[in-house]
Amino acid sequence: MQRRTRTAVLAATAAAALSLTACSSGGGGEASDATTARGPITIWYSNNAAEVEWGKQMVEAWNAEHPDEEISAQEIPAGKSSEEVITAAITAGTTPCLVFNNLPAATGQFQKQGGLVDLSSFSDGASYIEERSGATADQYKSADGDYYQLPWKSNPVMIFYNKDLFSAAGLDPENPSLSTYDEFLASAKQIVDSGAADYAINPSPTSEFFQPNFDYIPLFAAQTGGQQIVEDGKATFADDAGYAVGDFWRSVYADDLAGKEKYEGDAFVDGKAAMAIVGPWAIAYYGETIKNWGVVPVPTENGTPADETYTFSDAKSVGMYSSCENQGTAWDVLKFATSEEQDGQLLEVTGQMPLRTDLATTYSDYFAANPSYEVFGDQAARTVEDPTDPEAVAMMQALRDAYTSAIISGDGDVKKALDDAAAKIDGLADQG
Amino acid sequence: MKRLLGAQPIGWLFGAPYLVFAAVVFAYPLGFAVYMSFFDYFFTAPGVDVEKPFVGFDNYVAVLTDPAVLQSFGNVLVFLVINVPLTVVLSIVLATALNRVVHLRTFLRVSYYVPYVTASVALVGVWLFLFGGDGLVNNILGPLAPDPSWLVNPTLAMPTIALFVTWKQLGFYILLYLAALQNVPRELYESASTDGAGAVRSFFSVTVPGVRQATVLVLMLSTVIGANLFTEPYLLTGGGGPNGASASPVLIMYQRGIQQGHPGFAAALGIVLTIAVLIVALLQRRFAGGRDE
Repeated sequence: MQRRTRTAVLAATAAAALSLTACSSGGGGEASDATTARGPITIWYSNNAAEVEWGKQMVEAWNAEHPDEEISAQEIPAGKSSEEVITAAITAGTTPCLVFNNLPAATGQFQKQGGLVDLSSFSDGASYIEERSGATADQYKSADGDYYQLPWKSNPVMIFYNKDLFSAAGLDPENPSLSTYDEFLASAKQIVDSGAADYAINPSPTSEFFQPNFDYIPLFAAQTGGQQIVEDGKATFADDAGYAVGDFWRSVYADDLAGKEKYEGDAFVDGKAAMAIVGPWAIAYYGETIKNWGVVPVPTENGTPADETYTFSDAKSVGMYSSCENQGTAWDVLKFATSEEQDGQLLEVTGQMPLRTDLATTYSDYFAANPSYEVFGDQAARTVEDPTDPEAVAMMQALRDAYTSAIISGDGDVKKALDDAAAKIDGLADQG
Repeated sequence: MKRLLGAQPIGWLFGAPYLVFAAVVFAYPLGFAVYMSFFDYFFTAPGVDVEKPFVGFDNYVAVLTDPAVLQSFGNVLVFLVINVPLTVVLSIVLATALNRVVHLRTFLRVSYYVPYVTASVALVGVWLFLFGGDGLVNNILGPLAPDPSWLVNPTLAMPTIALFVTWKQLGFYILLYLAALQNVPRELYESASTDGAGAVRSFFSVTVPGVRQATVLVLMLSTVIGANLFTEPYLLTGGGGPNGASASPVLIMYQRGIQQGHPGFAAALGIVLTIAVLIVALLQRRFAGGRDE
């Protein structure tokens, strides 16, 4: 019997330990100074259909002109999330040269792992990034002031609304009253009270670290005129602007204007919610089912003109990984893939906004032909990114824990919860 | 040499594959987890020289003083208090009943076993259909439905998960009991019947003592599996909500070790969890009477 107990305990321990060590083995290419080496490279891109289409044409265009430096491309391997797949690949030394799907919030962690190449180490690295993205590029710098990622594209999130449901609720669908918190709450209440939809809006109420990107952070960016939640190693939301955003969302949940339970499916598509906070990808996605939609910026406490309102970028960057042997080629591919021509292709094929300064004028023909995207193109100039600190994921989890507790569950004081989360984030920043 | 290898040295050859397996899959990860728990450890790219300082018991202190961790242990205790007794009682009763049915025996056994072999992700969909805010259960209960609903109610979230896991795992434990029931001598039932015992008395006087070893196994397995709870709170309650009420220690290990890049903390938590399971298993062994005959 004793032996059986030991075996059971050993099995439990091993199971726990295995989950942590599964990605610790393996070997592979070692990080070395290969910034001038040339030859074939591998890349990963996202697995959504539009990005696969863009990726394939980009690779074909490059390979046709560079037979000695061919790109082998594949979709990012399946996993719980891209970040976990990349983390495991870094540890195993099996990362490709470039990944066109980096979450900026995870970049600090990848950098700490020694997985990323410092793009500033290329002679034209920093200048190329800053020339392409302008002042926005600053948000993508690491704590040491260098670039370990190239800001690639954004999906600035805005409020999508269903005009038919607004009409059914007796609201003006062409000029919805959604600019201030009071207006938004009044309109939301009218939607729910009228029975036009179960919820006015329904952001995911779950506890994952990235969920603040789709409720708290866009409104905080708007309320502060473009502030990140962590700047210079300090949380910035423990002030009147942060509390105002928290109080707004608490009112939404307290009045049952949003669901406290995860909705299986898409509440906006199913007509269960009259609004959604989404990026420009929604035009193609929702356009199939909801023909009659409109879009407005996220609200602020006292209302902000649309052309001055900031929001969360929902951006993806490109990372060059230290296991890459031919980094000279990889850098050239990176510049090719983010050139004016390829950015135009990205816009055309995916509807996502390249993170470049002169978007509206460079692609004026596209926006003239696709007016639905114009408002997102304009919004792309005013986006705010997640922190890029090595502890960014833990920081965002701290904010989310406070949010689910004080705002969604209505447990305790919003101000105190945000203050506590800010103090925790400050402590994490000191560790990073 | 003979003293070292024994009378039949070839036995080592046959045993070698398992020994290698045990060393690679059990011993090495266990030792490595203990090692990590004493360092400010994180996973790095091959060839990258990054300092991983020795921190002594700091990770353990951090684990034992972290409110989220303490809450998760409390949550899993609630889970075990509901899941383990329910599992034992339901599986022994249903196994006894299934052992006696004559008609539809295979159909009934398969019906109980199917949830166990079905992916949790698929079953979670069924459970959400039942216990979601607009689910079947709330529709039946009407005004008696809890507010907030089951899976977003801080008090009811963990019991609901415990019920789900009980239902999902039941088929496996029924199978264990069905196997154990084959070893209970029929003569004992006949003797009990001759002495005037009814079905209930036979169950408590013959069946329950007859499958005691299986009961100890079910107790320990359900405890170990319960302590490793992850998928259900992750999927059913959206990452351990509401307000951490359904977060389990393994979910916290995943968040801290994999998502947030602190495997040293996660390893320390894993070791603490293991010790806690060991204590519970020892208590179960002592009080459930699992001594070898």
